[in-house]
Order: sequence, then C-alpha cells, then structure tokens
Amino acid sequence: MSETVDLGFPSLKLVPKTDVKQSAKDFKTDQEVRWCPGCGDYAILAGVQSFMPELGLAKENIVWISGIGCSSRFPYYMNTYGMHSIHGRAPAIASGLAMTRPDLSVWVVTGDGDALSIGGNHLIHALRRNVNLKILLFNNRIYGLTKGQYSPTSETGKVTKSTPMGSLDHPFNPVSLAIGAEASFVARTIDSDRKHLTETLRAAALHEGTALVEIYQNCNIFNDGAWDPLKDADHRDSLTLRLEHGKPITLVDGSRGVVRGADGHLDIVDVESVGIENVLVHDAHRDDPSLAFALSRLSDSHTLANTPIGVFRDVRRAVYDETFQAQVATAKAGGTADLQSLLSGSDTWEIA
Amino acid sequence: MSKQVVQLNRVIIRFAGDSGDGMQLAGDQFTSRTASFGNDLSTLPDFPAEIRAPAGTIPGVSAFQLHFADHDITTAGDTPNVLVAMNPAALKANIKDLPRGADIIVNTDEFTSRNLTKVGYAASPLEDGSLESYAVHPIPLTSMTVEALKAFDITKKEAERAKNMFALGLLSWLYHRPTEGTLTFLKQKFAKKPEILAANIAAFEAGWSYGETTEDFSVQYEVKPAPMAPGRYRNISGNLALAYGLIAASQRAQLPLYLGSYPITPASDILHELSKHKKFGVMTFQAEDEIAGIGAALGASYGGMLGVTTTSGPGVALKSETIGLAVALELPLVIVDVQRGGPSTGLPTKTEQADLLQAMFGRNGEAPVPIVAPRSPADCFDAALEAVRIATTYRTPVFLLSDGYVANGSEPWRIPVVDELPDLAVEFASAPNHTREDGTEEFWPFKRDPETLARPWAVPGTKGLEHRIGGIEKADGTGNISYDADNHDKMVRLRQAKIDGITVPDLEVEDPDGDASVLVLGWGSTYGPINASCQMARRDGAKVAQAHLRHLNPFPANTGEVLRRYDKVVIPEMNLGQLALLVRGRYLVDAIPYNQVRGLPFKAEELAGVIKDVVASV
Ligand SMILES: Cc1ncc(C[n+]2csc(CCOP(=O)(O)OP(=O)(O)O)c2C)c(N)n1
Ligand code: SF4
Ligand SMILES: [Mg+2]
Repeated sequence: MSETVDLGFPSLKLVPKTDVKQSAKDFKTDQEVRWCPGCGDYAILAGVQSFMPELGLAKENIVWISGIGCSSRFPYYMNTYGMHSIHGRAPAIASGLAMTRPDLSVWVVTGDGDALSIGGNHLIHALRRNVNLKILLFNNRIYGLTKGQYSPTSETGKVTKSTPMGSLDHPFNPVSLAIGAEASFVARTIDSDRKHLTETLRAAALHEGTALVEIYQNCNIFNDGAWDPLKDADHRDSLTLRLEHGKPITLVDGSRGVVRGADGHLDIVDVESVGIENVLVHDAHRDDPSLAFALSRLSDSHTLANTPIGVFRDVRRAVYDETFQAQVATAKAGGTADLQSLLSGSDTWEIA
Repeated sequence: MSKQVVQLNRVIIRFAGDSGDGMQLAGDQFTSRTASFGNDLSTLPDFPAEIRAPAGTIPGVSAFQLHFADHDITTAGDTPNVLVAMNPAALKANIKDLPRGADIIVNTDEFTSRNLTKVGYAASPLEDGSLESYAVHPIPLTSMTVEALKAFDITKKEAERAKNMFALGLLSWLYHRPTEGTLTFLKQKFAKKPEILAANIAAFEAGWSYGETTEDFSVQYEVKPAPMAPGRYRNISGNLALAYGLIAASQRAQLPLYLGSYPITPASDILHELSKHKKFGVMTFQAEDEIAGIGAALGASYGGMLGVTTTSGPGVALKSETIGLAVALELPLVIVDVQRGGPSTGLPTKTEQADLLQAMFGRNGEAPVPIVAPRSPADCFDAALEAVRIATTYRTPVFLLSDGYVANGSEPWRIPVVDELPDLAVEFASAPNHTREDGTEEFWPFKRDPETLARPWAVPGTKGLEHRIGGIEKADGTGNISYDADNHDKMVRLRQAKIDGITVPDLEVEDPDGDASVLVLGWGSTYGPINASCQMARRDGAKVAQAHLRHLNPFPANTGEVLRRYDKVVIPEMNLGQLALLVRGRYLVDAIPYNQVRGLPFKAEELAGVIKDVVASV
C-alpha cells in the first residue's frame, strides 16, 4: 500500500490535499468492470489506482474525462468525479473544466482511434495550448469497441474487417505527432510494466501543463500480441531503448546505443565500437524538441526494433489555465465591475 | 440663411456605398444621434460577406438603413425616402427599392465612365433622364471634401476617406440632428491622430454648412421625438444586448460566465464583446472549432460555470453531438445560434429563420432542447436571461435563436435597473440525497427534483458526492450505466417530460378591437414587420390579431387554445414554413404559411397585403 506523501507536485499546487490515508481500494468503484478478460486495460487501471494515493489529493478534486472506446470506459471505474463523453472530444471538454477550475486535477483517457482519428484536432490543440491536463492514450493499434477495424496507429498492410486486403494508410507515431504539436511533455510506457507505468504517471503528474502519455496496451481480442516483441523476455531488452534523463541512450541490454551521425541524424551503433562516453545522453528538459523528435523516429512500426520507452520531453512553458486565469485576475484588479454602468454605456438620454 | 422647416412623422434613410466608404460608420453615427434625440428607430445594416469586394462593383455595395419616427415603430422600413449613393454601383443596387419622389444624394465624383461601365450603365443615369421621377441631388462629395481639407497635413487618400463625414454632416443638417455626440465619437476614435481628427471634424462641418448654403436643398426636415415610457434610454444592437444579457444573467446567477466559441458571421461580435468583460469574471475561449467550443463550455458547466457557446447555423450542425451529450448529462448550457441564410455557407451576412427545425430536431435520439427566440434587438437582453433561467433551473442545454436581422439591427432600449432583474440564484448539490436500506447515505446524480424533474448539479470538488456521468443510458436515480429496456423507455420519457414541463408565460394576443377572425402568428425577428403589417391592415379595415412566440419549445400552454379561437391562422416566416410545420403537427391547425427566403426582413406593406387577402377570404 502506498504512503500518502506530498511529493510537491507543482502542477497540482492548487488542488486540495487529502487529510486521510488513501489506498488503491479507495479509488475503486462498485461498478462491474466490463473489459474482456485479459485486456491490457485492467493492468493500467490497477496501476493508476495504486498510484493515485501517492498524489495525496482530495479525491473529490480529481476528475477523469474520457471519449468513446473500450479504453474510455475508464472513468466509470475510478471513484472520483468522472465523465464518459463523446468520441474524440474529451480533450476539449477537459480543457474547459481545467481552465476554469485550477483546484482540480484533470485526467483524460483516450484510445488511438479516439485521440488520433476523430479527436485528432482537439488533441493537437490541447497540446499546443498546454492546458494542465494529463492525457493517457491507450494505444492498442486497433478499434476495440467497434470490434476490430484498423486504427491510425495500425501498421500499413494490416488485415482487419474493414481492410481484408490490408490497410493502405501510413500510421501515425503518437509521440512524433505530439512533439510536432508543441507538446511540453511526452512519454511512452507499457501496460504490463507496472513499475515503468507508475514512474511515467508520476513524471506526468509532476509536469505543469499538458502531459501526453502513450501507453502500449494489448487488445487480446482484436489485435492480440501487438506489442509482444517489447514484452517477451527473449526480445524486449534488445528492442527497447530506455530513456532516462541524464543517462546514455542504449538498448536495455546495453549492446547498442544512440549516436549522432555526421549529418546530424541519429544512428544506432554498437556501443563497444564507439565507447559509452560517445553515446548520446538523454536530456528530457531540452527546450529544442528536435532530438526528442529524432528519438521518436528511431523505432520501426512493423518490427518495433529500437522503440524508446520513457519520457521523451518534459519542458516548462506557459501553462494555459494559469495565463487564462491571470488575465481574468488582471482585469478584475484593474477596475470595479459595475453592471449598471456597463448596461448604460456612455450615450444615454432621459425620457421624463 | 435659415430655411423652411418641414415636419415629418417618419423618415427612412439608406446610406449606400463601397465596402470601404464608411457607410456603416456614418449610419451608426446618424442612428446614435437620432436615438439620443428621442425618436423611435430601427436599423438594418446590409453588407457583403466579402471584406472588400472589388471597388465599384455591385457585390461590393454596403448599405445601412435607418427608420426613425415620432411614434412607435417596429421595422427598419420598406422603402427609403432618402438614398445616399456614394457611387454608381450603390445607385444601381438600391434604386429599385426607392419610391418615386424619393431624394437621392449622389456622389458625382464617382460617376466616371469607367465606374459606370463597371456596373453596366451605358450612359450616366444622372444625365439620361432615367431618374426624372426622383429628387436627385448631384454633389461632388469627394472633391468637396478634399477641397475642404486642403489646409490639413494629410494625404489626398486620407482626405478622400473623410467623405463619409461630409455626407453625415449634410444629412445631420438636413434632419436637424444634434452634432455633439458625433464630435465626441470622432475625438475618441482618433484620439491618437490629431490631424485626422481635425480633418474629420472639418469634413463633417463642411457637409453641414453645404446644406445650409446650397440652393439645392430648399427645406430642412424635423422629426419630433417619439413618446416613450419614462426612463433612461440608450440605443443597442441585438448582439450587444445579447452579450449584456449573458453577463447580467451570470451576475444574477452568481455563476462565472464561460464562453467557448469559434468565430462565425453573424455571431462573432458576441465573442468579441464578451472578451472585453473579463473584469466581470467573464471567461472567453476561442476554440479550434465549434465542437471544441461547445465541448469546453460543457466542461465548464460541469465544473459549475455558466457555460455558453455562440455560433450560427453551420456551427450548430457541428455542435449537434455535444448538444445531445448535454441533454444526456442534464447539465446547463446555452447555445446561441445567430441564424443566417443556408444551406451550407449560404448567405453569411443575411438573415433567415433558418434553424428552427435544426434546433428542435437536429440530434440523434429523443433529445428535446428548449428554444427561446428574441423578437427585436433590445429583446435579446431579456431572452438571454430567460435562456439562462431555463438552463440552470432545469439543468438542460437551451437554444437561444437570434438571427442576422436582430443581431445587427438596433433600437432604443430602456436601460433596466440591475436590482430589478430576475434573481437566477442556483444551488449546487452539497450532500447525499439518498438513504440506502442499511441506512448509509449516498449520492444519486439522477435523482430528480419532483417539481422541475431537474437532477442535482454536483460539481467536482464537492466532498462525498463523487460520481460518474456519461452519454450511455443511465439508470433512473443512481445514474449507473443501464441497458435495461424499461429503464430506457422511462428515461426517454422523463427527459421529455422535464422539457415539456418548463413553465413559460402564456402566449399573448394583440387584437385591439377584440373581434378579429384571423390570427397572424410569428416567432423571432419577424415581430417588427408582422406588427407593422397588422397595423397597416387594420388601418385598411381588416380585422386581424397578432401573437408572437418567444418560447418555441415548449410552446406556451395556451397556444392551442389561442390558435383555435380564429378562423384562420397565418404564419409568416423567413424560411419555407418551419414553425408552420410544428404548429400543424402539434395542434392540428391548418395554418397558412407565408414564406420568403430572401435574406432580408419582410416588407410590412407586402405582408399587410397578404394579411388583407386572407381576412377578405374568411
Ligand atoms: C461519432 C461516433 N462515431 C463513431 C463511433 C463508434 N466508435 C466507438 S469507439 C470507436 C473507436 C475506438 O477506438 P479506440 O479509440 O482506439 O478505442 P479502443 O476501443 O481501442 O480502446 C468508434 C469508431 C462513435 N461512438 N461515435
Ligand atoms: S475489445 Fe480489446 S480493448 Fe476492448 S476490452 Fe476487449 S480486449 Fe480490451
Ligand atoms: Mg484502440
């Protein structure tokens, strides 16, 4: 059971703290969880529920908002305030709530279809504005709820019900997309890696502004094993690049590392051949997003080789809800609000 | 030299020129002076959708019509008594609306052969005798302005640009308008450009003295103030009144106003206006699209704000799914639709009662939404308060259906006393509302108020009331997901019953003699033209009654009874019969639709003819 400790989450400085000791159980609802047995969503839910007490926030000041999809059922299972909204629109709804209520900790749950197809516009604009939202994007590379059509993250050539001869679309890389959309925080984690999931949630919660966390999630019914290469013990260490701030970027097994090529692009080479001291050291707080973007491009969408996991980017810039509220405060401080004189205006006449 | 003064009861002036000629500004200023002089008035700005269509062309003509009188008037008038035409295009575009004998003030400087050819005049209408039946006043407005300003250190272009002030000065003289307000306005507008300010004032004065000295105008006109209820007045446009109504409602409800919006003509001015009033706690958010605008407003409502979104027809189409969500969530939300000509992009700057059926039915499932429609520019203020009352009392999205005519038109408004505005105080849920069998207290987000059927508004941050809501059907009471057949049937009916049960004032009938056999029923911005046409018809002996719907969902409780009192019911609408369809379906009354979809308000005289024909047929 987690201890309730104030970790000084700066993004949550206005959210009231709880005075009771919380546990994961406090965040469970009495609603029957309706995901398919074995779905990766269960692991994420459990991970989130056991992480929440660490925030030490008053439960009533936490809100989960989702769109539509299997993943978007999430709020029903969190014993906080919550809204299951409509397909793709959660970032917009959550933005309106977060910018008017700085005393709330607002979380968004979305899927690869919800966030990147129908809701793509809202996602990029939330990221660019940097509203204080934590967005968890459950990426299973498929439309789960509608029973298995390809999604904007499905690899080209994917055979699904709607693409019997294989999908033609080139997929999005959600991390690249987010960085391109001016995101101030972008991370990637995996449903089955509880420790890494928790670390990533913590980093996101600490971040001031919009945090996008892509979570590789298994849909065992319609796209089973989509992320298996990154999960099975035989391959994962030679496929996964662990991003840790201040550490050299290498595969988990240490065999290969990232270096900058002569023309500036990133290369993956044998660590031994170049020496560990020449491997690129990860700097998540770098203002310039070009390296974070380049890192996001290293992975192969088919084989999943060289897939970075961890926090790509975590920088501080103006947070929309703060500047939004600051303008209102400045205006309020700048003069009294007299409705009667507003209605009257400056050009009136009297009729006796 | 003092000239003969002729008393008039009413005057209709139309200023017309190129989009860049400053006609809207001249019209606005003339209107403000006329308002403060005490005339009753009504205005109709009519401008192109393009910001600057090619100069001198018909599509580039921008016009502003003002009707003012010494008595109560309700329309901007059918046919102008005076046309100010700044170029051949303005003349050509407007001449067909002028009655014979009307005054036409033309800027002869623009009547060059090039400009004449541009709009298809083979010969100058000023010379070919085609304007013989009008009182034409040919004035070289541009060159006289430039001449009057030659002492100023400004460019020729800047001097030419002041010609609208010359025209305004002339008209102000002609109609005895006070000048002080115009000078104050110019001083504010050009506070940082003293040379331009001085030039504009000089142009205005030159126009005024031209009227005094020229032989061309032998008389000056006077329109006495109109009798109005005592009080303090101002002139106000519909969009401004609507914005003020929302601010006032937010103050009276003590809920911070939050606007989520995406720019669209003719609604954008509400976004602009509300953005200025942050000191009233008003928060405005220009979203990435209409869907995000309403989504953010709904999110804010969920958090306990007064959520509002403003748009026009195409935007409503995009917002439909979110309106449905708001119906399902049962949260307050005001959707302002300033209607314009459709379908699709249609006529962005022209008016139309385009969206009644979209507001009524434009959603999937049984998703009833109350509808309130203002009848005039000033009425937008009260209609906004009413929309907020319904939204917050019944926890429902509400449509406020304005249109381009009321939005941009203006009229005198008796300034309300803030303390006399309705009290819209709202109570949030603060404690559990249900006791389980074992005695534990819990919160049921869908346990309804027995009287209003409204559910509790429990905002995040309220301890102990944590709950989840969503678009999936909810079990009556608990609000938990439910796919149960009987429950769905019950919830659909409950949501409908809640809207049907909204208390709205009875429909009032205006029938001065009390013996009419024909009723003219309208809604929204047609009030003025219908009212004027009924008065005309009555003057000609027709027995006719008028009733105007402000609430279109639910209809006032006495609507059916009122309709059945008359042999015939005529429904004039600026669409193809949307209210008529609702009335026929709902009350089985064989209403007679009268429809025009021309982007312009009805002409009262034309409508009076239609009414008289119906009365004669009874
Ligand atoms: C407006 C609208 N269009 C389509 C749908 C149908 N729909 C529901 S969920 C979904 C895709 C969900 O995919 P994803 O976001 O990846 O979520 P997952 O189920 O995989 O978690 C679709 C197309 C809908 N609910 N609403
Ligand atoms: S369909 Fe896939 S994503 Fe949806 S609940 Fe089942 S396993 Fe999970
Ligand atoms: Mg998916």
